[in-house]
Amino acid sequence: MAALINVPAKAKRGDIIEIRALTSHIMETGFRHTVDGALVPRDIITSFTCRYNATEIFRADLFPAIAANPYLSFFTIAKESGKLEFEWIGDNGYSSSASASITVE
Amino acid sequence: MIFWRAIAAATLLAAAPALLAGEIAPEARRSGYSFMGPDTRAMQDDDTSNPGMLFVLDGEALWTKKTGSADKACADCHGDARSSMKGVAARYPAFDKALARPVTLDQRINLCRANHQQASALPYESRDLLALSAFIAHQSRGVAITAGDEPELKPFVAQGRDLFMQREGQLNLACTNCHDDNFNKRLAGAPITQGQPTGYPLYRLEWQTLGSLERRLRGCMTGVRAQAYDYGSPELVALELYLMSRARGLPVETPAVRP
Amino acid sequence: MPTTRRQFLSLAGSVTVAGSISIITLRPLAATPAMLNSAIRSVVGEAQLRTGRVKLDIPPLVENGNTVPMTVSVASPMTADDYVKSIHVFNEKNPQPNIGNFHLGPSSGRAQVSTRIRLADTQKVVAIARLSDDTFWQVAVDIVVTLAACTEEMN
Repeated sequence: MAALINVPAKAKRGDIIEIRALTSHIMETGFRHTVDGALVPRDIITSFTCRYNATEIFRADLFPAIAANPYLSFFTIAKESGKLEFEWIGDNGYSSSASASITVE
Repeated sequence: MIFWRAIAAATLLAAAPALLAGEIAPEARRSGYSFMGPDTRAMQDDDTSNPGMLFVLDGEALWTKKTGSADKACADCHGDARSSMKGVAARYPAFDKALARPVTLDQRINLCRANHQQASALPYESRDLLALSAFIAHQSRGVAITAGDEPELKPFVAQGRDLFMQREGQLNLACTNCHDDNFNKRLAGAPITQGQPTGYPLYRLEWQTLGSLERRLRGCMTGVRAQAYDYGSPELVALELYLMSRARGLPVETPAVRP
Repeated sequence: MPTTRRQFLSLAGSVTVAGSISIITLRPLAATPAMLNSAIRSVVGEAQLRTGRVKLDIPPLVENGNTVPMTVSVASPMTADDYVKSIHVFNEKNPQPNIGNFHLGPSSGRAQVSTRIRLADTQKVVAIARLSDDTFWQVAVDIVVTLAACTEEMN
């Protein structure tokens, strides 16, 4: 399952940069029923975390009201070159991750 | 209140006299994109925010993955899809000589799997089939649609056109009643488009996933309370072929985003 | 006006079409204003909730309630001693009042978050920001969700 991460490859120290993360997930609400009346169990991503050189810079708690294939955009200050790591955790032991590198001059 | 507006709109359409089908002139053809609001357009325009690109990425991985008892990947025969698949989706559905009928891109993928990879067919609307067809069609983004040009396809285009013009279902509506005669108006809250299939498979906000043109056509049929044709049926393929020929000249947008 | 059979069928048909709009709407489970209020109180506690500083951008006319782009931004210098700690978004009529909690810090640089949400119906959406001095600021926006004319039934 794919994830799309958008982080500028290069930034000037002190720049405020936008980070975007889009990942594949059904985000089944747990409120829907099949045609024969059975409840479709909830299956969502409950938590997203972004770490910048191992320090948490953004975290989100997600609920069934977040649309399928969750999209998040947020900001951070470019401090130093290194790695941004993304982690999605959800129901039924779901876990996935992605990373992107940035050069800060 | 909102219900009543929907009822009024549907009643008007149903009660309107049978108009002669006014087919849309080539220069007046408009992608569904032009009927969307700025936010949905923005979602399609930026590849890092277009959720359809998640499927394109999955398809790219499948393209090079060996499968079936022949242990072959698509790439083993077709090489780099960026060159070998460019323009292909703009010509589909295309005529298959062995079968003597048109086949859709999805059917072509499954024929390849059966004949060259010795692999089982991927089910219609399965994630893998949508991903492969999105990846292949994405290589044609910007290429003008020319499907239906092959002379052998003429009777099948005509069959599709007949189906497009034929009233059906409890609402007794033909495709043409909305998409030729009443585009640019609204049905309930939603704009009626020309029904140009420029971006399939596409990401529909309503579906919250990627889906094929056949899924969309079946949705329309359910909407007019008709029995929908089965996936891959000759009728759906003919309709798809007619719609693509009707969109001649419009650029492929795959993966498009639609409300 | 006499009702002909054809008109009756089209009426009945369109009611069903319009009625099958959102598979995520379940009336008995819809969040009530009381649920919205208690969800907000569980974040804010007894603190005073002030209006202002928070901006909530959602298209004025939502094209499909299943995927609605949303941006929340907060007027804040985002310095080490004056920043936004978190942003909380709630709704009035979905089956559940919470939409998302977003945790920020001075290193965020800008207090702005975008995502895509589900709105089961025309309703109020509330965004609340908790600042570093533990004050809470809110904005409430009424969102019109237009109904899709033809939706397919759930498989």
